[in-house]
Amino acid sequence: MSDVVTITIDGVEIKAEKGQKILDAATKAGIYIPTLCNFEGVKPKGSCRICSVLVNGRPMTACTTPVSEGMVIENDTEYLNDLRKAIVEIMFVEGNHMCPVCERSGNCELQALAYRYLMMVPRFPYLFPTRDIDASHPKLIKDHDRCILCKRCIRAIQDENGKNFFAFKRRGYKVTINIDPSISEKMTDELAQKAMDVCPVGALIRKEKGYDVPIGKRKYDKVRIGNDIENKAKKEGVV
Amino acid sequence: MSKPVVATTSLAGCFGCHMSLLDIDERILDLVQLVEFNKSPIDDIKTFTKQCDIGIIEGGCCNSENVHVLKDFRKNCKILISLGECAIMGGLPAMRNNRVSVEECLKEAYLNCPSVTANEEQIIPNDPELPMMLNKVYPCHEIVKIDYHIPGCAPRADLIWEALVALVTGKPMNLPYEIIKFDYRGTKWQKK
Repeated sequence: MSDVVTITIDGVEIKAEKGQKILDAATKAGIYIPTLCNFEGVKPKGSCRICSVLVNGRPMTACTTPVSEGMVIENDTEYLNDLRKAIVEIMFVEGNHMCPVCERSGNCELQALAYRYLMMVPRFPYLFPTRDIDASHPKLIKDHDRCILCKRCIRAIQDENGKNFFAFKRRGYKVTINIDPSISEKMTDELAQKAMDVCPVGALIRKEKGYDVPIGKRKYDKVRIGNDIENKAKKEGVV
Repeated sequence: MSKPVVATTSLAGCFGCHMSLLDIDERILDLVQLVEFNKSPIDDIKTFTKQCDIGIIEGGCCNSENVHVLKDFRKNCKILISLGECAIMGGLPAMRNNRVSVEECLKEAYLNCPSVTANEEQIIPNDPELPMMLNKVYPCHEIVKIDYHIPGCAPRADLIWEALVALVTGKPMNLPYEIIKFDYRGTKWQKK
C-alpha cells in the first residue's frame, strides 16, 4: 500500500501523506484554511469549527480529519466563508471584545479573521455577558471577557512532568479557564510568555509588560492572516 | 438634480469620528460641491429642516436622548451609516455593560470618586429635564435599522471620503486591507 494519497481541494489535486490531517496537507500545498483553536505542535481539538470544510459534501473540521484517497474537499467557497464569518461574529458577540482597549489588538487572531472576512458588524445581537478579570496570578492576567474557550493554553502549557497549568472550571456557559494554584508558583517567565503567545486573543496577558509593538507594525496591521501560507506556496511554485 | 443632503450626529461618542471626517482636509471643498449638509455639528443646524438622504451616526446609545435622536435620524434620513466602533458595538462607553450597574456608575461619578469634592449634599443629578441613562449602552443597529457600517476608531478620513463618494456616485467601493481596522485609523494605502 502506498503512503501517498491524492485529494482534491477546490478542484486542485494535491498529494498528501497517509494519516496527515486535511489542514496540514492543505497548508503544505499553500492552501489556506482558517484556524483558531488549532496550534502548531499541540494535538488538534476541533472545538472552534472555523476550519470546517466540505468533505465529499459533508462538513468536517480540517484540523482533525485525516486525509484519505480520492477525497473531494471544498474550502474557499462563498457558503463556507460565510459560515466562518458567522462563527467569528458569534465569538465577537458572546464575549466582550473591546478592540480599542485590548492590549492584544493587532496581534489577535480572532480580529485578524474578522478583517479577513470583512466583518463590518456582527449579524447577531451583542450579549455583553458578565465575566471577571482575574489578576491574582503573579505573572498573568486572565481576562475572561476575551476568552473564546479554544483550550489552546490547556493543551500547550505544561510543566516538566507534563502536568497542565490550565484547566476548565465549571460547565456550560459558565465555563472559564483556571490556573492550577498548586503549581502556578512554578510558572517561569518563559512559560508565561508562551501562554500569552499561545492565546489567540487577549485573554492571557503578561503582567508588567505590554504594548511593545507600535500601532501600524503589529502582526496583522498590514498583512492579512493566511497570506504567509499562500505567498510561501506562490514563491516556491507549489501552486 | 439637487445635491444629496447629509446629516450627522454624535451620540455616546467622543467626536473623534467627526474629527476624522474633518481630516479629509481640502477635499471638504469637493464634498460641499457634492453634498449639502443639514442637521450636523459641522454647520450647527440643530433640527432637521428637510428630508435627508444620508445620516451619519457616531457613537452608541447610552441614554434616552440618544435613542430619541437616533429614531429622529431614522425618520428623516433615507440611509443611515454607523460610523466607528462606538456606533457599531458600543465602544468604550459599553465597557460599563458587563460589570457596572447604572447605580454603581452614577455613584462612582457623583459620590465616591476621589475627584468629587464639591457635592456636599450627596446629590445624584435627577432633574426631569435630564435624559435617563439606559441600563446598558446599545449599538445603534440594535435600536433602529442601520444600512451601512464603517469600522475604525476612528475610521480613517480616506475611508469616510471613499464611502461617501461611493454612496453619492453609486460606484463600487475600494476596500483595501489596511483600512478596515477596529482599534485605530488604519494605515495609508497605495492608491491605484
